Amino acid sequence: MSLLIKNARLVDGSGELGRGDVLVEEGRIASLEGGDAERVLDAGGRWLAPALTDPHVHLRTPGQEVKEDLASGLAAAARGGYGTIVAMPNTEPVIEEPEQVRALREEAAGLAGARLLVAAALTRGQEGRRLTAAALLRRAGAVLLTDDGRTNEDAGVLARGLVYAAAAGLAVAVHAEDAGLRGSGVMNDGPLAAELGLAGNPPEAEAARIARDLEVLRYAARKSAALGHSPRLYVQHVSTARGARLIAAARAEGLPVTGEATPHHLTLTEEAWRGFDPRFKVAPPLRSAGDVEALIGSLERGDLSAVGSDHAPHTAAEKERDLESAPFGIPSLEVAFPLLYTELVEKRGLPLRVLLERMTGGPRAALGLEPARLAVGEPADLMIFDPGERRTVDPARFVSKARYSPWAGRELAGWPLLTLVGGREVWRDPALA
Amino acid sequence: MGALAHLLDFAGWERAQVESLLETARMMEEVLERPMKKVPALKGFTLATVFFEPSTRTKISFELAARRMSADVVGFSAAGSSLAKGESFKDTLLTLQAMALDAYVIRSPVAGMAHQAARWLKGAVVNAGDGRRAHPTQALLDAYTLLDDLKTLEGKKVAIVGDVANSRVARSNAELLPLLGAEVWAAGPAGLLPERLPGARLTTDLDEALADADAVMVLRLQRERMDEGALPSLREYVAGYQVTAARLARARPGAPLLHPGPMNRDVELEGVLADGPASRVERQVRAGEAVRMAVLYHLLVGRAA
Amino acid sequence: MRFKARVLEAEEIERALRRIAHEIVEKNKGAEELALVGIHTRGIPLAERLAGLIERFEGVRPPVGVLDITLYRDDLSEIGVQPRVRETRIPWDVTGRPVVLVDDVLYTGRTARAALDALVDLGRPRRVYLAVLVDRGHRELPIRADFVGKNLPTSKSEVVKVKLRETDGEEGVELWER
Repeated sequence: MSLLIKNARLVDGSGELGRGDVLVEEGRIASLEGGDAERVLDAGGRWLAPALTDPHVHLRTPGQEVKEDLASGLAAAARGGYGTIVAMPNTEPVIEEPEQVRALREEAAGLAGARLLVAAALTRGQEGRRLTAAALLRRAGAVLLTDDGRTNEDAGVLARGLVYAAAAGLAVAVHAEDAGLRGSGVMNDGPLAAELGLAGNPPEAEAARIARDLEVLRYAARKSAALGHSPRLYVQHVSTARGARLIAAARAEGLPVTGEATPHHLTLTEEAWRGFDPRFKVAPPLRSAGDVEALIGSLERGDLSAVGSDHAPHTAAEKERDLESAPFGIPSLEVAFPLLYTELVEKRGLPLRVLLERMTGGPRAALGLEPARLAVGEPADLMIFDPGERRTVDPARFVSKARYSPWAGRELAGWPLLTLVGGREVWRDPALA
Repeated sequence: MGALAHLLDFAGWERAQVESLLETARMMEEVLERPMKKVPALKGFTLATVFFEPSTRTKISFELAARRMSADVVGFSAAGSSLAKGESFKDTLLTLQAMALDAYVIRSPVAGMAHQAARWLKGAVVNAGDGRRAHPTQALLDAYTLLDDLKTLEGKKVAIVGDVANSRVARSNAELLPLLGAEVWAAGPAGLLPERLPGARLTTDLDEALADADAVMVLRLQRERMDEGALPSLREYVAGYQVTAARLARARPGAPLLHPGPMNRDVELEGVLADGPASRVERQVRAGEAVRMAVLYHLLVGRAA
Repeated sequence: MRFKARVLEAEEIERALRRIAHEIVEKNKGAEELALVGIHTRGIPLAERLAGLIERFEGVRPPVGVLDITLYRDDLSEIGVQPRVRETRIPWDVTGRPVVLVDDVLYTGRTARAALDALVDLGRPRRVYLAVLVDRGHRELPIRADFVGKNLPTSKSEVVKVKLRETDGEEGVELWER
């Protein structure tokens, strides 16, 4: 059924495109200047942008559906303005066979919500020893390989993995933390950890591993060059100023690396730990105010070119355990966009198009997906949001099973009011008549 | 001064609050000198000791303190309990709360549990030791014991010796004693010193720490430290850091010697010193009684019954 | 506060105590086994004086103990967090003895009740008497004094100030208005 969204302010990663009336036919953008349609929706002058892409989401399926499942996760993503999300493979069992990739995609196809893309494990069981079948996984639909959930301790295996994945046309994502330096730290190691008396995870654990992984990438690139392939490294959740600088330098040299920042590392600092609340426990940990400033600058310049939520749902009971046994992870699918809109665009003047690019084009380019532009012929994966829509974060009303949030009670603007995937409505807020 | 809601650590405390608590402890010690060591001040209040980590002395000390004030005490310990059967620690606490208790004395192997409990429970929470982070009543009884000998801690040098990195006793003393004007030094081998200890000067030089010290506090050395690789050997520790009569002589004459217990004789401390004239270990135990009675008094009497 | 009147002068206090000492000995039929317990603060010098007077009349000085009742009060939560606990020293056996509790003023009766509780925690006295210098009425509990220096009807807005040379450097009982 065709749909006309009239009276919208169009914006995408390239900038503002002016007022428009978007005609959607057969799942694609048919026109930006109006036309006849069976249904009409008045955007009321609100912003219309491409729906967002989240390259880093934990959907806990299969195996831990009590924390989140495909239905709740994809619906939560839609509410957050996402049209596409990439599910991480550290599930039970680990996603490492093409049949598993296909099964997930089939299950998701029947659900209302964002599109599901699947990341598969880089090594069997994510144990860091034997590589998975990259080509078969690619053919089954996997868009990324990663051992995220674990750290890649053996550089040789990571190097071989990058080369092999390159041949299959896949990037490799890494959770870059040195396990030995990280120890059993729960929060950022520094004066505050000493003051609070909690075990610290030092910034050097991240910087040391990013530095190592960049050399591994350099090596893999050299090995692949003769074959005409280029390995691609995706460094997840960069949390330190030092890590961001290392990636910027590598990119300046031409190394094929992408750096990702998360909503929590861009908006929260280690000061949150004063309450001894495990809701703030995440790896890598929340860092200093200086690191947050540096990350925002890197994001603006594009040294970090992708925002990934690292949505990590756990049950509320698990996040109320003691500080050592509570699992790591912060969920944010439903609030990531309004959070970053409010904290970065509204409060700090980050250009809207930059935020949109980091949440659409940036992650898509890193994964080798088609860019997201508002243009005729593009898939109608669209999002309407309203900077004037101010609400407080109320986890009790989340669609995600993780009904708690580090930002609970915070007033945010820019809530997504409508999300379309392939022209189909997957989320509409009652405020949008 | 205002009533105390919880005793978790000394964050945000001022000197006046500490002095008030220690003053009450003096009052309570008077009770301990009477033929009838029991007063009805906390009659009708019920306290739970909630120990997720085993302990004999601290638990008994709190139980006695409560009973001497005529409060009722119930004990919960993790071993063989519902926790062992998988109940979450939050659920355990809420079940106890449903039994209308007024105060909870909590000891845990993990940092922060007393703070978490204070968020969930309606009663008063006393931190009886959380992981390696804090042990506030120990620091209070140490301060009380030191004041017996030194009369004031203003300008006094207190040396803490031993496994400082893993000691909640060291951390709480480093937090508390400076509030009373003391200068705290913490000495130990490199593998057993933290990167920083707010409130204390760190050194690997034991002689420097002991020089003209007005008081010396010796910490227990746990053998697990050798297994963890923090320390090459016991011999190495003893050679460099055992507090001996000769080393103690560097402190001021008559400097009191404290130990939180239990003691490893001839490991962290020369055995003969443990029973010598400088040792205040028995005094510490008595002080612990008075201090804990004072803490319970401040927590419970200040509240609406 | 406003001074209203001087109710007892030094000699009147002395005469009252002498009379009370006689009454105690008369009621007890002698001074055998008798013991006095002064309630902090001013009950203590009064008890000491009574002991001295009894010694003069009977040739036997009854032992005097001191009692602090702070932690026995029933209004602890109202008086603030810092308790003022003083010495309780009763170095003789309470059990089987006739004991006279001594205080300066009897008012609501709560102090006397607390003192009674503290005393019976120490043993089983044969009898307990209450001796006070001033009874100002307004009892809130069924307590009465066996020996009274002066009955002084007061209103609740008035304050009775007892001054003794041992504690205040002067002697007298004054009535003040809040």
